[in-house]
Amino acid sequence: MLGLADYSAAEIQTILDTSLQMRDILNRPVKKVPTLRGVTVVNLFLENSTRTRTSFELAEKRLSADTLNFSASGSALSKGETMLDTALNIEAMKVDVVVMRHKSPGSPHFLARHLESIIINAGDGRHEHPTQGLLDMLTLRDKYGSLKGLRVALVGDILHSRVAMSNIIGLKKMGAEVIVCGPSTLIPRGIESMGVEITHSLDDAIRRADALNILRIQLERQTAGLFPSLREYHKYFGVTRARLEQASAPLTILHPGPMNRGVEITSDVADSEHSVILQQVTNGVAVRMAVLYLLAGGRAEPSA
Amino acid sequence: MTSKYSRFDKPARAENIFLQGARVVDPRHGTDQVMNLHIRDGVLQPTTNDAPTGAEIIDLRGHWITPGWFDLHVHLREPGKEVAETIATGCMAAMNGGFTGIACMPNTNPPLDNAASVNWVRDQARPFPVDVHIIAAVTRGRAGKELVDMTEIVEAGVRAFSDDGSPVKSSAVLANAVQYANMLGARIFEHAEDTYLAEGGSMNESEWSTRLGISGMPTIAEAIDVARCVLISEFTGGAIHICHVSARESVELIREAKRKGIKITGEVCPHHLLLTDEACKTFDTNFKMNPPLRGEADRQACWDAFLDGTLEVYCTDHAPHSWEDKTQEFDVAPFGIVGLETSLSLALTHFLSKGMSLPTLLDRAVYSPREILSQPQPRVAVGEPANLTIIDPAHRWTVKPDEFKSLSHNTPYGGWELTGRARGVVHRGMALIQTF
Repeated sequence: MLGLADYSAAEIQTILDTSLQMRDILNRPVKKVPTLRGVTVVNLFLENSTRTRTSFELAEKRLSADTLNFSASGSALSKGETMLDTALNIEAMKVDVVVMRHKSPGSPHFLARHLESIIINAGDGRHEHPTQGLLDMLTLRDKYGSLKGLRVALVGDILHSRVAMSNIIGLKKMGAEVIVCGPSTLIPRGIESMGVEITHSLDDAIRRADALNILRIQLERQTAGLFPSLREYHKYFGVTRARLEQASAPLTILHPGPMNRGVEITSDVADSEHSVILQQVTNGVAVRMAVLYLLAGGRAEPSA
Repeated sequence: MTSKYSRFDKPARAENIFLQGARVVDPRHGTDQVMNLHIRDGVLQPTTNDAPTGAEIIDLRGHWITPGWFDLHVHLREPGKEVAETIATGCMAAMNGGFTGIACMPNTNPPLDNAASVNWVRDQARPFPVDVHIIAAVTRGRAGKELVDMTEIVEAGVRAFSDDGSPVKSSAVLANAVQYANMLGARIFEHAEDTYLAEGGSMNESEWSTRLGISGMPTIAEAIDVARCVLISEFTGGAIHICHVSARESVELIREAKRKGIKITGEVCPHHLLLTDEACKTFDTNFKMNPPLRGEADRQACWDAFLDGTLEVYCTDHAPHSWEDKTQEFDVAPFGIVGLETSLSLALTHFLSKGMSLPTLLDRAVYSPREILSQPQPRVAVGEPANLTIIDPAHRWTVKPDEFKSLSHNTPYGGWELTGRARGVVHRGMALIQTF
C-alpha cells in the first residue's frame, strides 16, 4: 500500500469493512488472533513517529506477526549507508512486510521497485499517509453511516500535510466533499485540480462543513515566513468553541495528532463531546490490522 | 565498412575515404543534394563520380550528411567526479550522438576557473574528433564573489563564462562580469534561477508537486532571473545567454528583449520540449532535473520559441550521474540527465514530424551554438576541413541506456522507440563511422 491514490472506492470500502471485524477483536478480553503467525513485519521508521509506529506495532502483535522495529538513529544509515542498502539487508533477513515512514515523498514507491516485500506506506514526507486517511474515513463513517455527501473541512497546514493528501484522495473517492481551509501560503498550488474547494475563512468552513479535520501547525513554518505568528494563526485559524458555536449543527472534530493545544485547537474543543480524536486512535489500530491482514494474510503459514 | 572506423576509444584517421551517395545538407551554404564526398587527410576534395584510387568506399545511400552538430551545454564531470563521466567518455558519448563539438560547463571539482584548467581539459579531448570548448567559471571557485582572470582565459580560447549549476547570485557581480566579458568579446551564460524561490524544491511547483508531496520550484524562480539578465544586458550592452529555458514566462521575456534588440540568446533542451512534470508521478529520479520539467503550457511555449528562433539553440544539458547517486529518494537524488546519445534521434523523431524543417533544426543544432561561441561555421565545400555528422534518418532503434558510451545511464528515454540515428562523425582529421 503505497498510497490511496492507487485504490478504488470498492477497495477502500473493503478495507473499512474489514476494519470493523478487526475492531471487534480489539474489544475482546483476549485481543490476539493467529492470522499472521509466521509473517515477519519490519517497522522501518526513518523519521520520528510514536503514534503511528506504536499503532502499527500493536496491530502486528494483535495478528501474531513477528515484528522488528528499526529506526534511523544508531543504525548503519547514520554511518552513511543508503536507505536502499539498509532495506535490502533487512529484506535479506527474510521479512515479509516492510512498514515504512520516511521524510522523502515517494520513498516507499522507490523501495517497492527494488524489494519483493509488501510495502506499507506509514507516511512519506508530505505525500501520503494512507492508513491515516483510512482511519479518518472509518471514524467519520462510524459517526455518519456513510461518507457519501458528507462535507469535510481540512483546516491548517495543507501544504505540508500527508494527512491532508490521503484524506482528500480517500474522501473524494468515497463521495464526500472536501473543503481545505488555511492561510494562502499553506494551500499548495493546483490543489483545486483534486476537486476540493478552497477557503481562507475558518468561519466559512465551519458554516458549511459537517466535520473539521484539524491539522497540526508546526512552529518552523512560522520561522520560514509562511505566516506571521502563532498568535495571528490562532486568532484567525484556531478552532475554538466560540467559533464552533456559529455552526447550525454541532461539527465532528478530528485531529490526527499530535495536537498543539491553544494553537490550532483549544482544549475545550479537543476534549468536547463532539471530538472523535481518541476514537481515531483506536480505529488506527483496527485499520492497520485490516491492511496487514488483507495484504499479508495470504503469506501466513497454515495453522498447525 | 571496416572496423577501424568504429572504434570509439581510438577513432581512425580520415586519410582517404569516399562517402558515397548521401544527401548532403548544409543549408547556410546552399547545399542540399545527393553527392559523393571524398576526404583526404581530413580535408574535403573535389567531388567525383567514382572513388579515387586507394580511397576506402563507404556506401551511405539513404543517409544524410550535415555539418557537424554542436552541443552547447554539456557536463563532463572531470575533474572531480570521474565515476560519472570523464572527458574521454564524454567525447565518446558525443561521437555516438553525432556531435563534433561540445561546450562543457565549469562546475567540476575543482571548477574550471583558470587558463591552466581550461588548457588541461582541451588536452584530454585531443584524441577525439570532438571540439571541446570550455565555458569557464564567471567567479573564482564559482563562489559568486570575485571575477576569474577573464582576459587570460579568453586568451586561452574561451568565449563564454558561466557559474552554471547555479546562478550568479549577486546582480553587481553579474553586471560587472557581463560588462567585462563584453569588452573581451565573450558572453555570460546564466543558469537562471532565483535560489530563494526555488530553495528546497525538487520539481516544478504545480498540481503535480502538490499531488506528489514534492517541494516545488516555481516557474517564476527562473523567469525572475531571466528578467534580471535582460535588464543587465540592456544596461551594460553585454550579451547574456540564458541556459536551458523551461518556463513560459522566461520565453516571453526573452522574446520581448530580442524585439527590443537586447543581446539575449537562449537555449532549450529536448526534455523541456518533450516531457512535462506529470512524468514525475512515478518518483523516477530520471525525471528530476534543474530547471525541472514544467507544465504543458510551458512545454508548448518552449516549442513555439524553439520554432520561431526565440530560443535559437538546441542543447542537452548532458548531466551524468552515477547509478548510486540517482538510485535514491527523489528529493535526495541529484538533478540532471544524460542527453548526448539521444538528442539527435529525439529531434529527428519528434521535431521534424511536428513542423520543424531540417534547415531550421540544423540552424539550432549546428550553426547557432557556434555563433554564440564566436566559432567559425563548418562548411561542406571543397578545400574545407571535413566537419561532418553522418545520419541514418530511417534507422529505427530502442534506447537502451546500458549501451551508452557515457559512463552514466541516467536518462528518461530508456525504452523509447526512435527513428533516425547518428551513424558517425568526421572531424579533426579523424572519422568514426559505426555499423548498427
